[in-house]
Amino acid sequence: MELTVDDRKVFATTGGKPFDPALPTIVFIHGASFDHTVWTLQTRYFAWHGYGVLAVDLPGHGRSAGPLLETIPAMADWLTRLLDAAGVEKAALAGHSMGALVALDAAARHADRVTSICLLGAGYPMRVNDALLQPAKANAHLAMDLVNSWGFGRNAQFGGHRVPGLWMMRGGLRVLEQAGDGVLFNDLNACNAYNDGEAAAAAVACPALFVLGEKDMMAPVKAARGLAATMKQAEVTVLKRVGHIMMEESPDETLDAMRAFF
Amino acid sequence: MADPNYLRRDTLSLHAGQRPDPTTGARAVPIYQSTSFVFDDTDHAAALFNLERAGHIYSRISNPTVAVLEERIAALEGGVGAICTASGQAALHLAIATLMGQGGHIVSSASIYGGSHNMMQHTLPRFGITATFVDPRDPSAFAAAIRPETRLLFGETLGNPGLEVMDMGAIAKVAHDHGLPLMIDNTFATPHLFRPFEHGADLVMHSATKFLGGHGVAIGGVLVDGGTFDWEASGKFPTLTEPYDGYHGLDFAEEFGPRALIMRARAEGLRDFGAAMPPQNAFYILQGVETLGVRMQRHVENTREVVGFLDGHEAVEWVSYPELPSHRDHNLAKTLLPDGCGAIFSFGVKGGREAGRRFIEALGLFSHLANVGDAKSLVIHPASTTHQQMDADALTAAGIGEELVRLSVGLEDPADLIDDLKRGLRAAQKG
Repeated sequence: MELTVDDRKVFATTGGKPFDPALPTIVFIHGASFDHTVWTLQTRYFAWHGYGVLAVDLPGHGRSAGPLLETIPAMADWLTRLLDAAGVEKAALAGHSMGALVALDAAARHADRVTSICLLGAGYPMRVNDALLQPAKANAHLAMDLVNSWGFGRNAQFGGHRVPGLWMMRGGLRVLEQAGDGVLFNDLNACNAYNDGEAAAAAVACPALFVLGEKDMMAPVKAARGLAATMKQAEVTVLKRVGHIMMEESPDETLDAMRAFF
Repeated sequence: MADPNYLRRDTLSLHAGQRPDPTTGARAVPIYQSTSFVFDDTDHAAALFNLERAGHIYSRISNPTVAVLEERIAALEGGVGAICTASGQAALHLAIATLMGQGGHIVSSASIYGGSHNMMQHTLPRFGITATFVDPRDPSAFAAAIRPETRLLFGETLGNPGLEVMDMGAIAKVAHDHGLPLMIDNTFATPHLFRPFEHGADLVMHSATKFLGGHGVAIGGVLVDGGTFDWEASGKFPTLTEPYDGYHGLDFAEEFGPRALIMRARAEGLRDFGAAMPPQNAFYILQGVETLGVRMQRHVENTREVVGFLDGHEAVEWVSYPELPSHRDHNLAKTLLPDGCGAIFSFGVKGGREAGRRFIEALGLFSHLANVGDAKSLVIHPASTTHQQMDADALTAAGIGEELVRLSVGLEDPADLIDDLKRGLRAAQKG
């Protein structure tokens, strides 16, 4: 569906059913330079099981108009305006990687709008290696290849996609390639510059679930456990043999962890 | 500089799409000879049917053994996904039927496999889909043949039978400038020698019966989606960008992004047309794909030896192989196919139709049959076999001279192949 936020078009997929704001709402927030399609194997289930689903494209991503939002707090504030536009007072948030930081920050500073948060592939601090940041700044294809190869766990490089016939190592890469110049660098910068994670974690009052990949090279389990420890009510689920992009590498296990939480 | 550290092609040939079976430890890909797969419960069943969860339901739509082959070919070609089909013809039909309906039009290279030509020239028109055939060497001819209702440009990496090398970048540009995808039949080259997605193609198909399987034991096809084409921006493909009543109003491009086509082709095309690959065939073809790299290297080496023998031989009128300077596309081939131009080529036997017949009859090692891409060397003389009902003028119109012999060079010792050809050429000249 299309919404209007800040007078600009925003796209959100609703999992194949018309969005009903009267249902419990889950907002899915993608990671750096990705879009709503990363959530396909989770969103359709929730939409057909009693939830209102909004898998958004952040401004300047996927089918949403720009400009890009440059900081995690700016994205978190934008989320509240998205909820306004959708007619939703309170929602659960599910965020992946950069999106997890957005969900965390929103839950800390907009507690009245957030019922719970599910943080996937979350880590803090989310410092970005200069070897990735520099090619991203130059809009070099190498940056996409690095995100792709570091993002998917080693196991994923052998394939075995749960959707018959799909080759994981190209699907995500194509989404990165379709993003415009500057999108990846903007998002990596936002992650790199976010320094409020510990304070935000301490301030979160709602239930939280971390879904982590045992083999995640981009947001190692250890980095997330530290964050979880500072939260009032956080659970941690670690998925075995899985890397950073668990929604695709291990879609059923990711969905089952989210179902048990939401 | 940091390295993405992707697995390389020969490794993917052996491993992509499969990890050892977690239950049995089986290292080889098991043959899941099962029509259907048990659901955990009713909710699981409903979720699978509604694409809320992924998994196997029924082997017409997907099968675990076939899925390994699909992923492996997608990995080798560099696509986002693939679907294996009952044959190469079924792969071509699946692509066309997914992209267009009645009123659709295709601009195709004229130098393509006869079966593909038949489908587009004679059969699809009965269903309201037509085609215009153009010179594969002329990108402007593709552009000139495009109509408002055109939905696909099509060609083969190496044309049939002349081995025309398509200037793929130029033809892809024509396609994309008109908001159309380019599909390439990469059967003759295989992803070991050429990867069309790296040159602008959007879809790739194969007859997996040929070099991918490589041993002449199983019929099969593959359709690979590069994930590169922007269906939404084109606006010409409602099957991919508008809600589909056959799947609860699913909009494939919205839901699956760059995987829209391959998801629709399975959800609709395999479900409704049903030209699925049997798991046993997938297993046979997987055995071939495991050794694709080493086999293609040897196929090319043997072909170079055989071409070298025939080129300039007193009983041979001409040899057509893009690695020869005499071939019209020699320079383009050097650029696009530096690892080799495959193992299929044609040559002319001096003496015409009758000499060609004597040549074939005298061969003992080359097998006389209608196939290519086998580990064993194959030969056919169209004028005395597949095209025997055509007179010399009709053959010329089809681009097939009475003297034309097509070889598919196998993996035997090249000295034995050359000895066999010597016998054949001696017999050809005795008439």
